[in-house]
This record gives sequence, structure tokens and C-alpha cells, in this order.
Amino acid sequence: MSGIVAIDCHIPFYRISKKAIFDAWGWFDSSKVGSAKGELAFANYDEDSLTMGVNAALSCLGRLNSKSIDRLYFATATSPYVEPKNTAIMSAALDLNEDVVSVDMGGLISSSSALIAANDAVESGLSKMTLVCSADKRNAKPADGLEYLFGHAAFAMVVGENDTIADIEHVFSYSGGFLGYRRTQEDEYPKSWEERWIRDEGYLNHIVKSVNKTVEKMGVSLSDFSKVIYACPDKRTYSAIAKKLRISSEQLEDPLLDKIGYTGNPHTFVMLENALRKAKPNDKIMLVNFSSGVDIVTFDVTERIDKNRLPDIDKLLDTKQIIDNYTKFANLCGKIEQEKGPRGEVAKSAVSVLWRERKTILGLYGSKCKKCGTKVYPPQHVCINPSCGAIDEMEDYRFAEDTGKLFTYTVDNLAFEHNPPAMYGIVDFDNGGRYWFDITDCSPEELRVGMPVKMSFRKKFYDKPRGLYGYFWKAVPIR
Amino acid sequence: MSEGIKDKVAIIGMGCTKFGERWDKSEEDLIIEAYTEALDDAGIEPRDIDAAWFGSCFDEINVGKSSLPLATTLKLGFKPVTRVENFCATGTEAFRGACYAVASGACDIAIAVGAEKLKDTGFGGLPEFSSVLGTKNRFIFPNITAPGAFAMLATAYFEKYGLSYEEGKSILAKVSVKSHKNGLLNKKAHLRKEITVDDVLKAPIIASPLGLFDCSGVSDGAAVAIITRADIAKEYTKNPIFVKALQISVSDGAEYMHNKWDGTTIPTTVNAAKRAYVEAGIKNPRSEIDLMELHDCFSITELVTYEDLGISERGRAGEDVESGFFDLDGKIPSQTDGGLKCFGHPIAASGLRMIYEVYKQLQGKAGKRQVKNAHVGLTHNIGGFPAMSITSVAIFGND
Ligand SMILES: [Zn+2]
Repeated sequence: MSGIVAIDCHIPFYRISKKAIFDAWGWFDSSKVGSAKGELAFANYDEDSLTMGVNAALSCLGRLNSKSIDRLYFATATSPYVEPKNTAIMSAALDLNEDVVSVDMGGLISSSSALIAANDAVESGLSKMTLVCSADKRNAKPADGLEYLFGHAAFAMVVGENDTIADIEHVFSYSGGFLGYRRTQEDEYPKSWEERWIRDEGYLNHIVKSVNKTVEKMGVSLSDFSKVIYACPDKRTYSAIAKKLRISSEQLEDPLLDKIGYTGNPHTFVMLENALRKAKPNDKIMLVNFSSGVDIVTFDVTERIDKNRLPDIDKLLDTKQIIDNYTKFANLCGKIEQEKGPRGEVAKSAVSVLWRERKTILGLYGSKCKKCGTKVYPPQHVCINPSCGAIDEMEDYRFAEDTGKLFTYTVDNLAFEHNPPAMYGIVDFDNGGRYWFDITDCSPEELRVGMPVKMSFRKKFYDKPRGLYGYFWKAVPIR
Repeated sequence: MSEGIKDKVAIIGMGCTKFGERWDKSEEDLIIEAYTEALDDAGIEPRDIDAAWFGSCFDEINVGKSSLPLATTLKLGFKPVTRVENFCATGTEAFRGACYAVASGACDIAIAVGAEKLKDTGFGGLPEFSSVLGTKNRFIFPNITAPGAFAMLATAYFEKYGLSYEEGKSILAKVSVKSHKNGLLNKKAHLRKEITVDDVLKAPIIASPLGLFDCSGVSDGAAVAIITRADIAKEYTKNPIFVKALQISVSDGAEYMHNKWDGTTIPTTVNAAKRAYVEAGIKNPRSEIDLMELHDCFSITELVTYEDLGISERGRAGEDVESGFFDLDGKIPSQTDGGLKCFGHPIAASGLRMIYEVYKQLQGKAGKRQVKNAHVGLTHNIGGFPAMSITSVAIFGND
């Protein structure tokens, strides 16, 4: 038997109010007035699917030992790197074993494919613990109706044999070959077709048919499930499916369309986390993922289900800053580029340095003196403690999971910052050690000396001429 | 401690350009402007020079690397020329090289030249720092600027001494107001305008809590010092100025990597000053120093330096500022020429520009800015950031 050992998600800090999108584009397409309610979660400029995936996985791993993970499956339709593997960078950031089997999975929907593959690996005994991670940062073309729909998010789940909170009972896959949303290598944005095509023939018919088929195969009734989780591009279709399948309102989980939007690969899993929070032992949950075909996974909740082992999704949804400025939203998403001026020019980065120092840069590894215990970042040969000074008596020490407090800070209007103002400060780690970091997902008004912070994996810069993302860690407030 | 160089070398001539946005002048133009003034002042010929030390910092927007740019500009006839660079302390570093050469007996006359063309970057402020500290730091350093790095000193200082934002800002404002008053009297200064506390408080914020008038400007400039052995200095001039102490201190990174530093002091200043006082034989700096030129890149730097130099008590420099202790007619006039605040900060020229002012004051040639009965002057020059710095402290005397 395999099941969920841990699960968590990452929801970006920013929300765009859909009204702001309508305010920007209503003159062009006034028919979207009905869509202009609620909010979409969207990634800061320093986030992409890889960083959101890492941050979800960090929360998910929590007290688990990252070295017990033997596989990493990352599913996204919005890979930052096409070459090399995104999971190679993620493994370093998450401090996984060097011999972890890491797999990049692409396309929509590949998150459930990753879960199915993880289940196969654990069931077959090839894996003890597989980390499934999925994120998407899908952008819709300006003024496309999809702009009112797409949000960004990530989830991570540890699939294993022991200590599960919900066991995977059945897995079904129906490869339909339906052509809904499409995006080729050459496209910046997904293309659609007539809305009714995607809505009625796509979501409604595919989901209804495959759910009926699954229930029949399992020899159960849909009413045996405490929750049936699926996602739709609009609330009307969502209700229409429920009506056709006679799913009661208690069996439905909030589709989150007005809170974070439709987030692609991770979406149904964020809903699943919400469902698990309310679940009781022996509850059955069905998860339905649709894009070109349908994946269905059913879970049996175990007696180990415990709210404390699950993220507080309501709190994550409430931790936000609403942006009413369409231009800012479109820019941070990468749809409109601003003139950055000479100060915004990116200096040349050395690829070999990044490789040599990957443990320091991606893994946030410093060192700890074996003589006096002093921790330091970045790693040093000579102990920084003036009363020690030992030479080459260091062992590795990783700071990524440590929390800290802001020792001093500034809000800098001179530095070039994609999302001004630049904020940075010196962080005193609670377990010892000190270093200076950029601060992100924070308003200047929140900053104060002593503010508790944690580390978040971010994209510090993009060196376009050399095709390199400068991933590193920033401080974010603990809220 | 070693014997030091007290009274072994003396300055016999100096030159300093007007600082400012000198769009029409190249670095060679600026060097020659300061150099010819210094030669005239010392009354020597180029052939009398045995060796030169050249300071320049941002070589990518400057004349380039090595000593060749200075050697080809001055044409000293294949004599030794050395280029030095130590961030914003570069000017004093060039001076130190020249002094040590003379003190050692390797040269009789050496010159120190500092020059910088900052206005060729295409933007305000100093160039971006992410790669000047190496290719690895580029990946792990925050998006730091000079005002931001020093602003963090102010944040920590306000916090430690329980100053509200308004209280802290108002103390800092008075630091800048005093310097502008002095700068108005100096033809070589870049900014020559009196300002009020209100102007400072209302100015746009550059890096909180520092506003525009808490920051030194960015300008072009050059300065030159001619140094010889103390025992032969009087052969060249009747009022040579003697070097009493010259110390530098460089951070080992403990400030930003180890939890001990409290963020309200610049430890390299404390270290360099301590050694400089011993070298010069100064017991009580508050009563023995007559004037100071400090590295006021930002108002907070100057405030904290008063304490780091042992002039003001910890947390109480503000009281000295309020009482006019550092004003031109105060007990220890500081930034008598207007400081970095009014001169701007062409990196490698600044340290020598400070020495130029102290030299003129101690010779009694500072005109309207002349400090009465000035015998001992101090210059203080910081490179880097409060959290990782290079500081030099030099002490001069006229007897
Ligand atoms: Zn040690």
C-alpha cells in the first residue's frame, strides 16, 4: 500500500483583483464584466515554477529527513529550464541525496501522472519515499478571457509506504486525446477554442463519463465518497458536473477560482489539501484531473489523519497582498517588460562558479566549526569566531530550514529592483549564524528590527545573454 | 606595537581639483590640474620625484587598470609607479604607499595621486556592487547599494538608542546642515548651498532612513600629495606638515557573518583609531585634536564615526552635534571644507582631498574656513560597507 505521508503547497503572496483586469481591458471586451469578481494568485517576478515547487516541497518535508527521499518527480507545464533538468536544481535546493532518481514531467496535466508514477514506484517496492512536486506559472495573453482565470501555485507531496494520512486505493487513467488548451514550443501563451467546446465537450463530458466509468469499475456508488475533487474553468460548469453526477454540496470542495484562479497542474491537489483538513478516518476521497484525458485517483483516509500534519490553507489564502494595478500584475507575470535602464543591466555570471559553489548557492550550505560550534555563511576555511580562529576544522551546515530575525534593514530606492523598492537586511539565524539577504513578498511598512523571517528559494536574476537563472535564497516574513 | 612612522615624513606640496560634474574633463585633465598645483606648491620639478603611487577604484569606468595611465600622463621617465585600490579608502592607500616608501628610505620624494571619473557611468550613485566583490558573491549578495548599506547602520543605531524615526532623522539632518555651511565657503566644493534641517527632512528618501541630503554626491575629481623625509622637508617649504600616524584596519567579515556586531559602529574605525592614537602619542583625542575630515559618505557614517574615534561617548554623538561641537567655530571643527557631503565622492580622490584640507588648515591657509590655533588634524577614510569595511585614520601636525 502507498499513500500520502505529507502534503503542502505554496500560494504566491500577490493577488490581482479581477476587476483590475476588467478596468484595463473592459473597453476592449466588455462581455467579461461577469468575470470581474474575485482574485487570482500570481507569482512575484522572482518566482517561477521551479522556485514555487521548491518552496512547497520545503514546507512539505517539514520535519521529515530530506535524505530519506529517494525519488523526485516534478510536474509542470511551465518549465523554467528546457535544458538542463529542473529537478537537478531542485534536488540541490532541497538538499536531497545525490543518488535520488529525479524526473522532470511536462504538460498539462502531468501532476496526476507524477502521483501515479510515485504510487507505482512505492507499490512496487522500488521507492520508499517519493517526493511529488508540481507547480505552474501559466500566463494568459493580455485581454484573453483566460486572463480572468489563470493563477499560479505549487504543491508537494511525499508518497510512501508507512505513516500515511491517506492511502491511494485506485488509480485510473483515460487518455482521451481531447484538444482543449494548446501551447507549442513557439507559443508564449495558451490558445483556446470556442468556450463551449472546452466547457461542454471537454470538462463536462469527459469528467462525467470517466467518473461514471470509475464508479462502475470499482463497484461503488459516488455517494460513498466524502469528497469528489475536480477543477473547471468556470463555476457554472463546475456546478453542471456536480448536478449531472448527483454530487452533493457537502461532497464538493471549494474550487478556489475566485481566490487563486485556476492554477493548472497543482490545482486539484491544493483542493485535496483543503479536503484532507476536514477529513475523518475511513473517508474516501476521489481526485479527478482533466486536460486532454482524465486521471482519477481515489484515497482512503487513515486513522493517522491529523490537522497538524496538514497546511492551513485558509491561512495561506489569507496571507496576501491585493494588487489593483494591472500594469504591475502584467509586468511581474512577465507579460510586459519595463525599460530597466543602465542600473538594471545584469553583470556577467560565471556558469562554472555556480556549478562549483552549488551547495553554497543552491543548498544554502555554510559551515560549522568543529572546535567551537560557530556557524557561518558562506562556508569559511578559518573560523569567524575571533576567540577561535581554527583553520579547516569545518563541517557542512545548512541554513535553508533555519528561521531568523531581522537584525537591521533598509528600504532602498536607489538599487535597481524589478519590483521596487528593494528591501534587504541582515538576518540573525535563531540557531546561530548571520548573513545579509534580499527581502521579498513583504511591504516596506511591515519591516522592523527583530521581524521573524524564513528562507525562501527565489530567482535572484536572469542572465539572458548567458541563458542562466540566478537562483538563490531570500528572506520572507513569517506571518 | 612597532615604532611607526611618526615624524618621519612630511607633506611639502598638495593639489586638488575642483570637484563636481566635470563632463568636459578627462581623468588626465583632472590629474594634471591637481599635479601642477602640487608641483607649484612644493616648488619642485618632475625630475625630483623618485616614485609615484596612483589610486583609482572603478577601473571599468575610469582610466583602466595598472600604473600605466598615471605614468603615461605624468611622463616621469620610467620611474616606479604603483597602482593601488582599496574601495573608497583608495586615496589614503595611495598616500600610505608613498609615505612608507619615504619612511623606509627607498625614496626621498614620492607622490600620491588619487583620481576618479564617476560621471561616466550613465546613472547617479556608484556603479552596481554585485560583481565588484567577486564572481561568487554575485550569486549570494543582496541587491546592495552604498546608501542602503549605510542606511542599515542608521536603522540599527535608532533601534539601539531608542530614537524614533523623526528624532534620528533630525540629528542626522544637523550633521549635513553643518557641512553645507562649510562647503559654501569653499570654491573647490561641488555643492555650495546652505541648507536647513527642514530641507533635509523633506528631501526624497534614497534608502530609508537616509534621504537625499543625508548622502554625499557623486562627482569627478583628483588630488595629489608630495611627500618627503621630515628631516629635509624644510629645504622645500617653510611650513611642511608632518605625518603623525597612518593606520588602516580591514574587516574580516565578522560583522555580517558573526552575531557579535551590534550594527551601530564601524569596527575598523575603532581599530584604526586606537592604533593611530598610539602611533601619534595621543592620549585624549577629544582634547588633543583640533580639526577632523571624516568620511561622511552619509550623515549616519559621520555620526557613528564621532563615537568610533572616541570623540563622543557611545550613543551621545547627537548631543555633540546639537551643541555645535563640530561646527567651524566649535571645539573640534569637522568637515571644514564641506566634506564628502559637499565635494561628492570621486572614490580614489576623496582620501587625498581630506588630507588637502587638513594640510591647508594646519598651514593656516584655509581662508574663510580657517580654524584658529590648529595644530593637530585627523583624516578618516572608509571603504566598503559598515558590515565589511576598510578604514584608514591619519593624523597630521604642523610641528
Ligand atoms: Zn571555531
